[in-house]
Amino acid sequence: MHVFSTLFAGLLFGTGLILSGMANPAKVQNFLDLFGTWDPSLAFVMGGAIMVTMPGFWLVQKRITPLFHDVFHLPTRTDFDARLVVGAATFGIGWGLGGFCPGPALTSLPLAASGTLFFVPAMLVGMVIAKYTAAPLPKSLAV
Amino acid sequence: METEFTPVASLFGGGLIGLSAVVLLAAHGRIAGISGIVSRILPPSVDKAGLPQGIIFLIGLLLAAPLWLVLTGAAPVQMVSSNGLLLVIAGLLVGFGSVMGNGCTSGHGVCGISRGSARSIAATMTFMATAFVTVFVLRHVVGG
Repeated sequence: MHVFSTLFAGLLFGTGLILSGMANPAKVQNFLDLFGTWDPSLAFVMGGAIMVTMPGFWLVQKRITPLFHDVFHLPTRTDFDARLVVGAATFGIGWGLGGFCPGPALTSLPLAASGTLFFVPAMLVGMVIAKYTAAPLPKSLAV
Repeated sequence: METEFTPVASLFGGGLIGLSAVVLLAAHGRIAGISGIVSRILPPSVDKAGLPQGIIFLIGLLLAAPLWLVLTGAAPVQMVSSNGLLLVIAGLLVGFGSVMGNGCTSGHGVCGISRGSARSIAATMTFMATAFVTVFVLRHVVGG
């Protein structure tokens, strides 16, 4: 059950990305192109996701522990720092340039579009560089 | 290039993403943030305790497109730019920025907002803003 639930969660996530159209970078970029070929679909994806996670998270957190672990690993930081804002701003530029964020890019990997094969290794390198340049990060990295 | 507005498929697809996040939190007490899951299993500081679960989640994610192909008989539709240099730069920025900012569209945009996290709301507003500006410049200034 333990392993199956994780595999199932990954499969659900990828299927959701494909069904929603978010595995298609053109659709993401069209959401971001207000003054061109605007496609509002992405707002419905976030809306659909949050409509499930908001009540779902609330219900889950009524439990004292998760099903297969001793503790919930939730981010605890509430401070604003430059890394949050600069990091998010940098992420947004890359997201706009390629139309890919990490989930859709990895989901697209087996489809082997040439652009994806350039994007994913570069993304992994970018992550490793960020980890090397950072001070030891707290566990709440897992946002 | 235009894409079709798909409110129903996008709403349901979003619902599946949300369900995945709820399953992960209920089963393992983890936030379904893809950049976090990926970066935690990368050097220099590999999270050994979370390594197996992270890899299994990613296997599930990678199986989605092949399974979609088998079940529907057609590969998911996508249009990816074939400009290798552009996508390498985009990939570097996405990888670097999501780790530096502690999250991406899933961790901040979906899970963080659902938890009412002020940090995530600020991050989501920030990356949305720079992404809108980037696409505007890319399509209407540079490409216009």
